[in-house]
Amino acid sequence: MECLRLSHPKKSGVAPNATAEVSIDSDVAKITFKGAWLLSDTRTDIAGVVKELNSDFVKKVRFDLSGVTTYDSSLISFLLRVYEASAQKNADFDFKSLPQGPRSLLRLAVAVPEGERKKEVQASNNLIGIISSRAMGVIDDFRSSATFVGEASIAAVKVARHTAHFRMCDLMMLIQRAGPEALPIVGFISFLVGMILGFVGVTSLGMYGSEIFVADLVGIAMVRELGAIMVAIVMAGRTGAAFAAELASMKVNEEISAYRTFGISPMEFLVIPRIIALTLMFPLLTIFADAIALMGGMVVSVGLSDVSMDQYINRTISALTLVQCSTGVGKSIVFGFIVAAVGCRMGMQAQTSSEGVGMATTSSVVESIKLIIITDAIFAIIFVIFGI
Amino acid sequence: MGDAFTNISAENNPVVKGEKNGGDIFNVEGLTMAYGDYTVMRDLNFSVKKGEIFFIIGGSGCGKSTLLRHMIGLIKPAKGTIYFKGENFSGADQRKKTEMLRQFGVMYQGGALWTSMTLAENIALPLTEFTDITEKDLLDMIDLKLSLVGLNGFGAFYPSEISGGMNKRAGLARAMALDPTVLFFDEPSAGLDPVSSRRLDELIMEVRDSLGSTVIVVSHELASISYLADRILFLDASTKTQAQVGTYEELLNSNIKDVRVFMNRGVDPREKDGEAK
Repeated sequence: MECLRLSHPKKSGVAPNATAEVSIDSDVAKITFKGAWLLSDTRTDIAGVVKELNSDFVKKVRFDLSGVTTYDSSLISFLLRVYEASAQKNADFDFKSLPQGPRSLLRLAVAVPEGERKKEVQASNNLIGIISSRAMGVIDDFRSSATFVGEASIAAVKVARHTAHFRMCDLMMLIQRAGPEALPIVGFISFLVGMILGFVGVTSLGMYGSEIFVADLVGIAMVRELGAIMVAIVMAGRTGAAFAAELASMKVNEEISAYRTFGISPMEFLVIPRIIALTLMFPLLTIFADAIALMGGMVVSVGLSDVSMDQYINRTISALTLVQCSTGVGKSIVFGFIVAAVGCRMGMQAQTSSEGVGMATTSSVVESIKLIIITDAIFAIIFVIFGI
Repeated sequence: MGDAFTNISAENNPVVKGEKNGGDIFNVEGLTMAYGDYTVMRDLNFSVKKGEIFFIIGGSGCGKSTLLRHMIGLIKPAKGTIYFKGENFSGADQRKKTEMLRQFGVMYQGGALWTSMTLAENIALPLTEFTDITEKDLLDMIDLKLSLVGLNGFGAFYPSEISGGMNKRAGLARAMALDPTVLFFDEPSAGLDPVSSRRLDELIMEVRDSLGSTVIVVSHELASISYLADRILFLDASTKTQAQVGTYEELLNSNIKDVRVFMNRGVDPREKDGEAK
């Protein structure tokens, strides 16, 4: 018999080239294998063999592989299925009747504890199992979110009572990272968004000779809606994702466990400073983004139409009210909290593997943006109801 | 960058000489560890005596580190109770558990130093959080702890700037920051060359002898076990429960084949001698 060599499947014929025939003598089922047992060749279907083995008489399964000319993993896979069928009906599986090579490989394959293999099969093959495991996943996710919110709330109360433990230097460093260091990217994106709005305004309103109202369009759109949203999206991808990756890596390196074993709450020490930093910085970044976007709109408007800089600035001042400015800045505080809390939650609850770090980072961005859009929609409805 | 160890001894350290006695510091009763529906180990019953070096051993993936994480309160038992100094540790409320945790020092497998802080800050954090120590005393304590593990002068380094072995020793220095009653080690020799591994073993022995701490080590390094262990708990992955608790010699000549084979590096001396059980 030629030893194990892998080959590639290429066809399915009418009659199998590799056969396995079952003959039952009293309580012993003897399976006789013949031919070349290769993945590339047609082989006897396992279902028929298992059906015959399931006969009530069979108490022992033996093998005759003397007719096998060559084999690859297909034979071991076949034998494994026979082993599982035998184990299911408590029939004795005669390893000794197998030649040395297949026997050793099969012993390796069945060395994994039964329970672990069963779990895998249940999870992948059973439709009800898949649905229920997904449902359990959603419940677990909700539970872990609730736990995080609960722990964060307790920590927030401690902050309010000045009993929370975190290092002020960490908070300052986080503020530096979430605030001043984010200005270039926030400014760049906002300036371009302001310019795009300016182009749209000049093109559309120019047809009616109303280019001066580009200041209204850019000003109101940015200050009420887009400024806060653009900052939130940029910061979700920049800082929120960084929080998730940092905390997830700390979890992988057992740094978070080290805090816990010293009796230091990671929620107070790591999460709360991050939430404070982003919640404080978001309104300031939003005001900055609004101002830069207005400049972007002005550059386009002044450059492409007859509106002067003074006219544009005066029109912007008259178009914007304190209420409009407050709505955008007010929303940004909530967005800041969402981005920080989601980033930290994903990091703290990440799986302890490199894949877990990646998943935490991705989930943090996706969940943050989703929640920001949902929250903005809720704000829009509330503002309509209250006529703001 | 040097990687030399400082030779420390009870005589030249300003710490209380330890005293071994027979009192139990940990009692584990009927402990079952599980992840969801999957049982890792069941019905564990053992005690750890004050001042001893107690090893938790077993094959890879048998649940040694999981047991350690139960003993330091990171995971709640599925069943059973862990007592620390006669008090229920596993069922304690958060305030009580935090008090107990301050008596523990844990050295994790990779050191688990806080990477955003220097070695000095790593040691300083528990001291500033839980003591009213003066600035001068704090600096003295940092110097002492770093000296104990042969890292004096490395206080300003970040964990990323030193070697893996030094990270482990810095992890030990941080674990000793609050002069813990119990020191836990998770695979202390993993990833170290034989010489560094032996020196770390000597350090553990010195720490136990000079501080009088109880030491609990998770490992499967037979050389470390034979050198350090007062008593050993063997976890059997096949039966998912404890196989035996005893001294190194008792396990070496155990009547349980799996234990005997493990302790003799995969060879059963009885089968070799023709007296297979």
